[in-house]
Amino acid sequence: MSENHEPAIMRSNQTSIPLIEFSQVTKYYGSGTAGFQALRGVDLSINEGDFVAIMGPSGSGKSTAMNILGCLDTPTSGSYLFQGVPVEQLDRNQRALLRRTYLGFVFQGFNLLARTTAQENVELPLLYRGEKRSARHQAAQAALKSVGLDGFAHHTPAELSGGQQQRVAIARAIVTRPQVLLADEPTGNLDSLTSHEIMQLLTSLNHELGITVVMVTHEPDMAEYARRVIHFRDGQVERLQHNGGHD
Amino acid sequence: MLWSTLLLALREIRRNVLRSFLTMLGIVIGVAAVITMVTLGKGATQAIADQVSSLGSNLLIVRPGQRLGPGATSAAPPFKMADVIAIQEQVPLVRSIAPTVTRGMTIVAGARNWSTTVTGSTNAWFGTGNWQLAAGREFSEAEERGGQAVCVIGETVRRELFGGQDPLGLSIRVKGFSCEVIGLLVSKGQSAFGSDQDDTVVMPLKTAQRRITGSQDISALRISVQDEAAIDQAKRQITLLLRERRNITDNEDDNFSVLDTRQITETLSSTTKVMTTLLGAVAAVSLLVGGIGIMNIMLVSVTERTREIGIRLAIGALEREVLLQFLIEAVVLSSLGGIIGIMLATAASIGLAAVMQLPYLFDPAINLLSFLFSAAIGVLFGYFPARRAAQLDPIDALRHE
Repeated sequence: MSENHEPAIMRSNQTSIPLIEFSQVTKYYGSGTAGFQALRGVDLSINEGDFVAIMGPSGSGKSTAMNILGCLDTPTSGSYLFQGVPVEQLDRNQRALLRRTYLGFVFQGFNLLARTTAQENVELPLLYRGEKRSARHQAAQAALKSVGLDGFAHHTPAELSGGQQQRVAIARAIVTRPQVLLADEPTGNLDSLTSHEIMQLLTSLNHELGITVVMVTHEPDMAEYARRVIHFRDGQVERLQHNGGHD
Repeated sequence: MLWSTLLLALREIRRNVLRSFLTMLGIVIGVAAVITMVTLGKGATQAIADQVSSLGSNLLIVRPGQRLGPGATSAAPPFKMADVIAIQEQVPLVRSIAPTVTRGMTIVAGARNWSTTVTGSTNAWFGTGNWQLAAGREFSEAEERGGQAVCVIGETVRRELFGGQDPLGLSIRVKGFSCEVIGLLVSKGQSAFGSDQDDTVVMPLKTAQRRITGSQDISALRISVQDEAAIDQAKRQITLLLRERRNITDNEDDNFSVLDTRQITETLSSTTKVMTTLLGAVAAVSLLVGGIGIMNIMLVSVTERTREIGIRLAIGALEREVLLQFLIEAVVLSSLGGIIGIMLATAASIGLAAVMQLPYLFDPAINLLSFLFSAAIGVLFGYFPARRAAQLDPIDALRHE
């Protein structure tokens, strides 16, 4: 498919513009009195290579912000620039192309395809990019290796532990070498030991591959891994927190 | 992408073998029913055509009077030998012409007797009627010219009068004269009208005229035409010639009829065709029902796999890629149903054709058509569920339990 040729590189020379920039983003669900204002004018910017955790109580708008960040949803008003491109002006298909080219997703519930091997799950995004079979194969192997799942390629999700499933999901997210990895409560379904392993994995991906990581979490000790923490409350950014000692 | 989508669809079908099969069943039965009906209908039509053509090839039957079938209207004058000669000389499209007189009579051999049809004709009768001799010979020129008492008998007559005996050289008694059997016809079995074609006795025309009918009249002409394409032209020319010879003015109707075997075939097979069309239409309705079954299951499948669709969309699948995935799944299901239906129909047609004693005619057109139709049903009924899947909101879909 012709749309797939935009390379996901152009990383280093873009430091002047933030990778992600929200300005006065609002999101309103429904209409009239039954409506709900999820975001009330959010400003935030995330630079290339950053590791950001988004925290906040439920209903604070952090998931909504995450959906907009991931180009799954569009703001009601305000603007969202991704690499300087106004996302709110893109249509459904253009946003899908943007997702498949620049973004990788990790979910709380893993969201792997059932009865499908780890290998095939990881290959899925490459399939949509129209990559050749052998290229898909190699890339998936490499991605599984980088998350420490060498030798589990032919296991289905049902045969893997929660931590392993999340690793497969991470492998799937990074197999396309995305700019940004978006993780929505990636440790929400895991015990604390496994959670820390997953966080270490995300940290190393951030450090070694330079992938920008944005993560929603409600566990403070997971947010510790991030360089910056954005606290949400009532649909607004409450405060920004810098964690020292990680650079 | 298309290939991998196809593989994906096949895997999805394998994942739920029983359900996939039940989904296909409607299409399988529909396709099988349509093909079986049409194939058997064609076989029946062919069987009729075969029987009619056993009457004789490129055959025209000319009778005095306007009514079809036996018992011509009395007012019409019979033909004479001069008519026969005139047709032979003036219509070059005619290959041979057999003038006939026919009577139903009782014949006797030894202690047995049998009621049959006695025909007087010339040697041309054998050719125009596609008759072969199982034993003996046709009439000699002297026998024809002299009107000698010889005859050729059909298989049924031989069986009834002579049992296991060889009839050649023996004689039968017909209306007070004795007639030597010089030939035996090869059995043809039942005619398209249900009468026994082998229940017949043939003797030279002159013999029959002199000893049975007692006149020079000819009751019918069996005319064999050079080739099939010329039948209509020959028919026209014979009609014109006979009108002239019988002094029929322009505003009078013919007082004779010219019937060709194709007409008989058409009359007989029109009923079969109507039945085939009706049954085929009923079967086609079941195909439609099968299509609705596919739509139903695809809708269930889309609901069941909402989360999967959400994952695909989040990962960056385009709307049309999801649409294509589900559409292909529906088409693969219905086409597979079509293929199974064709196999089933082939087995059923061969079996039923054997039981019903019809020829089995493989009809590539109806098989191909049914297959394409079943695939089209997949597209038609798969589109709505597929579009529904493609238009899901990824956020809602991911949240779906």
